[in-house]
Amino acid sequence: MAVSLRRDRSGHRRRHSGLRRQARLIPVLPAVVLLLVFLAGPVLWAFHASFTNAALTGRNARSPGWIGFDNYARLLSDPMLPLSLGLTVLFVGGSAILGQNLLGLTLAVLMRRARRTVAAVVGTAVVAAWVLPEIVAAFAAYAYFSRDGTLNQLLGGLGLGQTDWLYSFPMVAILLANIWRGTAFSMLVYRAALNDIPGEVTEAALMDGARGWQRLAFITIPMIRGSIATNLMLITLQTLAVFTLIWVMTAGGPANASTTLPVLAYLEAFKFGDIGYGTAVASVLILIGVVFGAAYVRLLRESKP
Amino acid sequence: MRRALKITSLIAAAGFVLTACSPAAPEAETKTLKVVYQKTDSFTALDTLFQSAKQEFEAANQGVTVALEPIQANDDDYGTKLALAVRSPSTAPDVFYEDTFKVRSDVDAGYLLKLDSHLEGWKDWDTFDDGAKAAGLGDDGGTYAVPLGTDTRAIWYNKKVLAAAGVSVPWEPRTWQDILDTARKIKASDPTVVPFNMYAGKATGEGTVMQSFYELLYGTESELYDADAKKWVVGAPGFTDSLAFLKTLYDEKLAVSPAEALDANVWKKVFGEWLPQGKMGATVEGSYTPSFWQKGGSYEWAEYGQDMGVTAFPTQNGQAPGGVSMSGGWTLAVGAETKNPDLAFEFLATALNQKNSLAFNIASSQIAVRKDVAADAGYQAANPFVKDVSELVAVTHYRPATADYPRISAAVQEATEAVITGAKSPEQAAADYDTAVKGIVGEAKTVAE
Repeated sequence: MAVSLRRDRSGHRRRHSGLRRQARLIPVLPAVVLLLVFLAGPVLWAFHASFTNAALTGRNARSPGWIGFDNYARLLSDPMLPLSLGLTVLFVGGSAILGQNLLGLTLAVLMRRARRTVAAVVGTAVVAAWVLPEIVAAFAAYAYFSRDGTLNQLLGGLGLGQTDWLYSFPMVAILLANIWRGTAFSMLVYRAALNDIPGEVTEAALMDGARGWQRLAFITIPMIRGSIATNLMLITLQTLAVFTLIWVMTAGGPANASTTLPVLAYLEAFKFGDIGYGTAVASVLILIGVVFGAAYVRLLRESKP
Repeated sequence: MRRALKITSLIAAAGFVLTACSPAAPEAETKTLKVVYQKTDSFTALDTLFQSAKQEFEAANQGVTVALEPIQANDDDYGTKLALAVRSPSTAPDVFYEDTFKVRSDVDAGYLLKLDSHLEGWKDWDTFDDGAKAAGLGDDGGTYAVPLGTDTRAIWYNKKVLAAAGVSVPWEPRTWQDILDTARKIKASDPTVVPFNMYAGKATGEGTVMQSFYELLYGTESELYDADAKKWVVGAPGFTDSLAFLKTLYDEKLAVSPAEALDANVWKKVFGEWLPQGKMGATVEGSYTPSFWQKGGSYEWAEYGQDMGVTAFPTQNGQAPGGVSMSGGWTLAVGAETKNPDLAFEFLATALNQKNSLAFNIASSQIAVRKDVAADAGYQAANPFVKDVSELVAVTHYRPATADYPRISAAVQEATEAVITGAKSPEQAAADYDTAVKGIVGEAKTVAE
């Protein structure tokens, strides 16, 4: 690609360049079509359905009608919306932006200094949680936090009281589970980014007498700003959409104390059969994702000199 | 020239391959009936029924294949998966297992085939109990589903646990207060035992309302739905009282802990561990309870006949008729989009003939809806409680199976969950339920008590 671009600029075959550019799109076409059909299609369908009273059963299942903004009006007055939004923000902020991101960065920095074997063992342990399919990871987390689970057995062995984690602190359990599951991604991104920092820069800082934390704050982090922004965008969007983990661990309970937006959308659409309302919740989720995505893309652009 | 030959042969080859792909000639066509139903590790009776019906049906109808497609899921998820399957003609089953309370809304949605013309020619239809036939009616008065069996709900108690606490058996509570008194007595004598369990919360789904809340509500002076006016009741004192009763049970730790109640698998522990091991005094459960304990059930328990007792759930203050029960049950229905309605109905009739119904009713401890099954000696002797639970049909209630019902039921479940977790007081939860109901059906379709 880069080679052919240069050739174009050099003036050769300029007459054919328009045609060539179009021809070059041909190999991309299947991918674009697939994206349109399987990604843009459902998104557009969801937006459309959110303006109807489509249902899983009952009269509206046969002939859904256009009801304009009724679903959104209902959503705005639904006491579940502020609760669910707050929980989603807590979940994304706590487990992705703070938890996975900071822990991943810390691990990556420490692993550069650690001995090879230590780094290899820690790396494998962290990545193992990420390699597990989501449903398996979710059951593992459930088994760990549940009433008769590993955590309570460990605490019991230490003579500490037993707590019903999934009931008393559902969000804490879910946050920890998601940090456990997702940290590997941030760690890998940051390890790659740190490897790209030239040794001379760090050395120069060392010569100037910069301490460890100063080198991290003034040299390392500014140099990997781009990777930080990219990583933040990816984990935010991934975490916004987490459903399986929460559904398996608490199913949104108890008394809606862990009903994030994806769980709320599922409950409305499939448990209560109100597909129109469920897709309205999902559309709000898509919009939040778009806002976050746009913010990070801006950040990325600014981070480039 | 050679090139032209090459191209021609390529085209010919392609043509040959394409014809091979096109559908076979009509005379070789075999018809396939798709049957969708529920199967879980603790509910295999239906699978057995359909396996046997498939053999019988395929032997009688050469060239027809019955494709059995069990869905492994709990009641809630089964309902969702079924609804998604019937939405599209390409995935819609020909015959399926349908909960009675979804019949009306699914008829409204156009998912079920009207069976009236088929039932006319089916002599067995006369042997079905008239009350049970009503379960398959749509709003237009036509019949859309045929019942497999029905059920009632009662208090199942462990005689040994009650006797150990000094409660005389047979136990026959007359009022809610009797239940609380006995439960407190059991608690005082052995604090490790769960004295009296009643489901609550959203995790147990319809179990929460059918095997707990409605037994309470229908034993008060209030009701959920005014069937004559076709309106949902709001502001009912009985609703608040029922929630308060659940709150008392859970607050005084007479039932399981709220955390356990909100586990969707709590019923497995009730049947599999707590009652057989003498760690639970009593629970409210369905007439199908013996199916878990009898030989071949998921939690075989040889002594259940002697150790367990059954009694009607009392009314609030002992008012007439002196007991409360709820009935549901499942049906078989034919998909509206089926290409072979006659064959599909014939399969349904095979599955529900006397022999298959009898085997299913015994295996799953269902209350028979065919008179020739109910009169069968094998059915009556199937378990020690058949007579007791069948008598409860006299005091039983049915859910208002309107299209709005699933959402109303979810609102009730939410109210119970809020109360047992301490999130809301009974008054507050009842008020929020009223608001929810008005939001679901519109204020015009509610009536204040």
